[in-house]
Amino acid sequence: MTVWKPTVLTRVLLGLAIFVSAFPLYWMLVIASRTNADAVASPPKFLPGGNLGDNIVRVLTHPEAQFLLGLTNSFIVASVVTVSVILISTLAGFAFANLNFKGRNALLLLVLLTMAVPLQQMGVVPLYRLMVSLEWTNTLKAVILPYLLNGFGVFLMTQYTRQSVPMELVEAARVDGAATLRIWWNVVLPAVRPGMAVLGINTFMLMWNDYMWPLIVLNQENPTVQIAINGLNARFSTEYSLIFAGTALSIIPLVLVFVLFGRQIVGGLMEGAVKA
Amino acid sequence: MSLDTLPRASRNTHRRDRPPGRRWRSRLDVKAMPYFLVSPYFILFAAFGLFPLAFTLYYSLYDYDLTGTTEWAGLGNYTALLGDDDFWRATVNTVAMFVIATVPQMLLALFLANALNKHMRFRLPIRMSVLLPLVTSVVAVAVVFTQLFARDWGLVNYLLGLVGVENTNWRAERIPSWIAIATMVDWRWTGYNAIIFLAGMQTIPKDLYEAASIDGASRRRQFWQITLPMLRPTMIFVVLNSTIGGLTLFSEPMTFYNGNPDGGSQGQFQTVAMFVYKEAFREFDYGYASAAAWLLFLLILIGAAINFLFVRRIGGTR
Repeated sequence: MTVWKPTVLTRVLLGLAIFVSAFPLYWMLVIASRTNADAVASPPKFLPGGNLGDNIVRVLTHPEAQFLLGLTNSFIVASVVTVSVILISTLAGFAFANLNFKGRNALLLLVLLTMAVPLQQMGVVPLYRLMVSLEWTNTLKAVILPYLLNGFGVFLMTQYTRQSVPMELVEAARVDGAATLRIWWNVVLPAVRPGMAVLGINTFMLMWNDYMWPLIVLNQENPTVQIAINGLNARFSTEYSLIFAGTALSIIPLVLVFVLFGRQIVGGLMEGAVKA
Repeated sequence: MSLDTLPRASRNTHRRDRPPGRRWRSRLDVKAMPYFLVSPYFILFAAFGLFPLAFTLYYSLYDYDLTGTTEWAGLGNYTALLGDDDFWRATVNTVAMFVIATVPQMLLALFLANALNKHMRFRLPIRMSVLLPLVTSVVAVAVVFTQLFARDWGLVNYLLGLVGVENTNWRAERIPSWIAIATMVDWRWTGYNAIIFLAGMQTIPKDLYEAASIDGASRRRQFWQITLPMLRPTMIFVVLNSTIGGLTLFSEPMTFYNGNPDGGSQGQFQTVAMFVYKEAFREFDYGYASAAAWLLFLLILIGAAINFLFVRRIGGTR
């Protein structure tokens, strides 16, 4: 077997890629820990200063941004949606991968087609009018509901289940007298755990980062974290040290998830991602 | 192996002894359960997918004004849009930013994936660090890059100044603003696409490369003649994904202008998604916005089709 050692050029390229990936995050910390005067100084200051604690306190107590509420709301929204998407996707994925029923291929094709429609952009107007007529604007329900389904999730879990749960296993469980839901719980779910992890992390990140839809249905009094960052943006003066402290706070949960599950993300993306 | 065939067989006979009620229930389970399992997706899709799509079409055929009065417009919104300079400018902006962002992104991701595919120490941490930008929120990215691209004291202008380039007003001019926004998109997604490409590369059988080596093919040649063509399914997936994401670009250009959907003083970086948002939620012209949303969908279909044909050719008959 040919073992490819990286050339010097490859090493330089990789080093550069890692530097470029990390620098804006480092820069976020630098500005977040300085005063606003430092943030706009020329030449720029490249080392962190000592104001991080101050800035964070100012973010959390900012009267208009409602930052703590934003963090809590985002956490609720992202968790509910993640659980729902995992549930719907593993159920449907199991059916599509392991069960025989009339119209299976047609329905799966329909799921694939729906993946190509950017629902949240296409349907904003009627979805917004629906939330208005239900008097659900400015509530978390309005943010959560349109995201409960995810075609990509169904597709991903179908692929995963097909790879990791052989038909014989399902047949054997059936012969043993297990009902379908029981097979899903006892046989399928344990086998597709890595896929669930990737889908879960992905969905959580997506929801945590969502911007357009919360901007439409929520106001500044009941924001998600991204809308709260918007609230830090004063109309006339842009105070970068404050905004950067807010953005730094806003990515802590994601960085945590990444540190804890990073191995799974890389492995999972690589395992199940594409065999279209 | 032979051990567990025995109890299973006995359990099997067990099942036949069951009372008819349970047998009936298990038949129902086999027949009906699959539909029950896929139904949550389709029910929710009907409510939050099909319903909005149909109503967007319906709204697009009406004229709405600020007071809420509606009037049948037929295809009026569509013809008005096709004659609307603002809409065309937004379309050009969107397509231009998409091209500026995607072409270098795909090339970088490919070469990065190729580099990550080598044997080296610290392979996992290196692969993980390339994904780091993905965990950063879009708004955070946009905020940081807006500061980096500031005119008077931004780091980018400072560094360009060191090599003698004059200060660029990244936000005021059309092409510089496209470049700045494309940079944000690329920073966030290049590593992610590289990891997906890497996944595709690892499914390519090793013996293909061995045979090529024996035939004396250089590594560069192997990349062009084996890796690229074998990567085609992955590429189709990645390119279609980026097409949908790129043509619905919203958060980055919004944040680049302090959360304002105008996209700069002359709309120099307003995208179609921002145009839809502005028409619907600032002008309250729901009909016009809905028609624009359908045209955006059409744009995505066209973009996807072009890219699909293009990628099919890339790895094709070389």
